[in-house]
Amino acid sequence: MNDQLARARALLSLGGWITLVALLGAAGVVVLALQFTPTEVSQGLAQKIFYIHPPAAWGAMLAFSLCGIASIAFLFLGDLRLDRFAASSAEVGLAFSAVMLTTGPIWGKPIWGTWWDWDPRLTLTLLLFFLFLGYGALRNAVHDPRERARYSAVVGIMALVLVPFIHLSVYLFRTIHPKPVVLRPDGPALPPEMLRTFLLSVAVFTLLYVGLVIMRYALGLAKDHAEALAGGEDV
Amino acid sequence: MADLVRIAFAVAAKDLRVEFRTRSTLLAAAVFAALILVVFNFSRDPTAVPDSVIGPTALWVAVAFAAVVALNRGFILERQNAAMDALRLAPAPRGALFLGKMVANLVFVLLVEAIAAPLAVLFFDLPLTTAGWGLPLLLVLASVGLVAVGTLLSAMAVRTRFAELMLPVLLLPFLVPPLTAAAGASQRLFDGRPLSEVVGWLRFLAVYDLVFVTLGLLLFSAVIDE
Amino acid sequence: MPSAEPGLLEARRITRRYGRTAVLGGVDLSIGAGECLLIAGPNGTGKSTLLRILAGLTRPDGGSVRLGGVPVVEARGRLGYLGHETFLYDDLTVAENLTFAMRLQGCDVPGALGAVLARAELLPHRDRLVRHLSRGLAQRAALARALIHSPPVVLLDEPFTGLDAASAAALTSVLIEMRTAGVAIILVGHRAEEGWDAVTRVAVLANGGWVHEGPRPATVPEFEERVREVLRG
Repeated sequence: MNDQLARARALLSLGGWITLVALLGAAGVVVLALQFTPTEVSQGLAQKIFYIHPPAAWGAMLAFSLCGIASIAFLFLGDLRLDRFAASSAEVGLAFSAVMLTTGPIWGKPIWGTWWDWDPRLTLTLLLFFLFLGYGALRNAVHDPRERARYSAVVGIMALVLVPFIHLSVYLFRTIHPKPVVLRPDGPALPPEMLRTFLLSVAVFTLLYVGLVIMRYALGLAKDHAEALAGGEDV
Repeated sequence: MADLVRIAFAVAAKDLRVEFRTRSTLLAAAVFAALILVVFNFSRDPTAVPDSVIGPTALWVAVAFAAVVALNRGFILERQNAAMDALRLAPAPRGALFLGKMVANLVFVLLVEAIAAPLAVLFFDLPLTTAGWGLPLLLVLASVGLVAVGTLLSAMAVRTRFAELMLPVLLLPFLVPPLTAAAGASQRLFDGRPLSEVVGWLRFLAVYDLVFVTLGLLLFSAVIDE
Repeated sequence: MPSAEPGLLEARRITRRYGRTAVLGGVDLSIGAGECLLIAGPNGTGKSTLLRILAGLTRPDGGSVRLGGVPVVEARGRLGYLGHETFLYDDLTVAENLTFAMRLQGCDVPGALGAVLARAELLPHRDRLVRHLSRGLAQRAALARALIHSPPVVLLDEPFTGLDAASAAALTSVLIEMRTAGVAIILVGHRAEEGWDAVTRVAVLANGGWVHEGPRPATVPEFEERVREVLRG
């Protein structure tokens, strides 16, 4: 199956290009945010992290949801490619939540005076991070590919179902997280330039997700190919 | 349907019979829970953190640890003489096997709570009569949720090399919703608030339980069948 | 693999890989009522794996197994399997273990336990914990457990291991009884003289496939010579 390796290479470069574009886009967003977007009055320069933090959150949730959906699909269809995709999505989600867990406190310190507080959204991210970690740890600990795929799918689905409950339970406590500014019933409460930068950042992070997942998927494909070779199959 | 109940009962009865004959895990879990309560007492400044705050917290932590001990025991038992293969060979609906294991784990956890809760009330001078029936209700509801999730996860964790570590790692995020709800509600009850005020939490726990028991019934086959 | 009767248990093109090795490469098997097939071959050639696949415990990478026309995983109640482990709980008594097995199989009727214990000559040991049983007794209990639902197809992986001469002879006569009653039996063994009188067909598995199969030769030495021939060539 040398075309499997060829496909992996092709996907790797496709993913690479998309990621590159996304990273350039990210650089553009940073420039836009710092130079061309008005500074928010009460929070000052630290507010600019708003253009990275919530979009990364969006990326993490996207990764997480797609992992869960692919897991459900895998249990019905049994196609190992779905498992490979779910695993790639979970790893990228892990990276995105790590970004959030670092940018959150960076923003928090100047505004709230503390590096960490059990703010609902941050707590949700922390738990997502642990869910992704657990998922990865389980995958590492199971060697048979089909068993690994089945177990990952079960955990992926359980995690998907858990999130609404976490969401509800963390909101049982007070929040000092800024209220939603964009996803509000009567439309975003932002001046147009800020909204523009923000939406651009969301688009960039989505693109980044796509590029990274494709690359990770390609690596997974290559790794499975190598394992098959080691197993003495005809390739 | 009758099949499901009959087989679940047989599996649970078998698990409990083994456990009562050896009694080792039950004792270990109970002692563990008691130790946790003691540690909590000494880990705070009594003038700064009152009993009524640390007490419920300590109890729920002890419950969580007891649950993990119970859950590990569950599938380690099936590794004996490859007994798990016998379960898989049986023409039994997989949901029944899950239910049986879950019920056995639940009984185990409730027994440990029956020891830990009175101890917590004693150590922290918790107003038991104030809390009334709310406390046992919370204990049962929270335990069902923990055990449902834990049974599903421990069936997978037991197949890995570091099973005792893998289970807590996977389980932790799933503990947050039931424990926050239970701790919040029990806190209110011990403060003397009426049961009607914590109905929201109770409903939350009940929905959590229903959802994850159902998920367990549906997904167990994916875990044990190849 | 040809068989005298239409297959009660039919396996087609079974393949299975384990990491580095392709253990089974497209194996066919068919066995009918009243036959007793002995599968022999060098260690590690996949005999146990094949048996597990036939029992529906392990999923093959390719191929299918059908029992009475349906996929084996849907016909679990019609199959009995005994592997290398006893499937018994050490902290339960013989009676408790067998009762549990009956409940799982749905054949838990009053009086049935007594009959099973009597037939397996385990009555004097019924209330002993499995952990206190000798290897031979435990194996007898394990066998009783595997056959408790009187399945029409029985798969036994080295059932004679650890049995003394008397128990081995007893097991052989049980197998003959079952076979005469129309049960299809597949035995995996590596000493052919064990159970020889019950066997009707033989097959040798090596290098992921059959290197010999046919009716049982008249004597054990004949068979062993044949096995040596095929493994050499």
